[in-house]
Amino acid sequence: MKFAVIRFPGSNCDQDCVLAVRSFAGASAEFVWHKETSLNGFDAVILPGGFSYGDYLRCGAIARFSPIMAAVKEFAAAGRPVIGICNGFQILCEAGLLPGALVRNRGLHFLCEHVWLATGTRATAFTRAVPEGRVLRIPIAHGEGCYFADDETLARLRDEDRVLFRYCDADGRATPDANPNGSRENIAGICNEGRNVFGLMPHPERACHPELGSTDGRFLIQSLLNS
Amino acid sequence: MAAMKVVVTVMPKTSVLDPQGAATAEAMKHSGLSGVGRVRVGKSIEIEFEDAPDRAKLEEIARDLLSNPVIEDFRIEG
Repeated sequence: MKFAVIRFPGSNCDQDCVLAVRSFAGASAEFVWHKETSLNGFDAVILPGGFSYGDYLRCGAIARFSPIMAAVKEFAAAGRPVIGICNGFQILCEAGLLPGALVRNRGLHFLCEHVWLATGTRATAFTRAVPEGRVLRIPIAHGEGCYFADDETLARLRDEDRVLFRYCDADGRATPDANPNGSRENIAGICNEGRNVFGLMPHPERACHPELGSTDGRFLIQSLLNS
Repeated sequence: MAAMKVVVTVMPKTSVLDPQGAATAEAMKHSGLSGVGRVRVGKSIEIEFEDAPDRAKLEEIARDLLSNPVIEDFRIEG
């Protein structure tokens, strides 16, 4: 499976994503500059974290107009897997590929810490390899990670089983205290209606090697490789 | 020399959490300003034009680029 890792000016988790993907047998990854216009030959796309265009206007607001985004939209429309991590999630929301938006953390602080994640659904190509009941330990690193969507959108996400991850405590309970940034309903990651576009604020690529303190991020890439 | 200036004001929707506004309100209270109620922080974008702009296009850009309709409202003046 060949992954495209899109590089926007200001992306800074692109190398981590490529290294993480390349650590799997049967997976390869290449950087794709945001001015490219084609994703031919790729099987999956990752929009990595960072501060594309300096987060000017809003996070992801300018990146979504990059030339490669037309190809990303086509790729998504064809039902192929697209993952947006952190700034990548913000870009997918700005581009309308995922509902809602990411706004300033409730406590205003930039948060860089490991969090616990409860898997909301294993019925996606991104979560099927997560062991049932397993609470994942994955880091976050963001200033604007508070997920916002109106009540109607939240109800739809729930009804359609599209919340992939929620912030929780070590026992898997999505309590208000376990919510680091004020996200509505503790939402950390969601997918689109077609279940092939996935955005999350935590960084699975930073939890793919034992040296980094957790390998729980590997379940997400492994899920795709199993599909 | 620009012939005219348009100002687009972008504000967070009242339904969206605005921690920046809340922190600013607290700071104003601590600085001795009495009667401070809810404070919201938005942004103001000044655009200079040589000639009168295409209003429909400007409206589209204010909606799609300068603001995000999920979380913000905007108004165009000038």
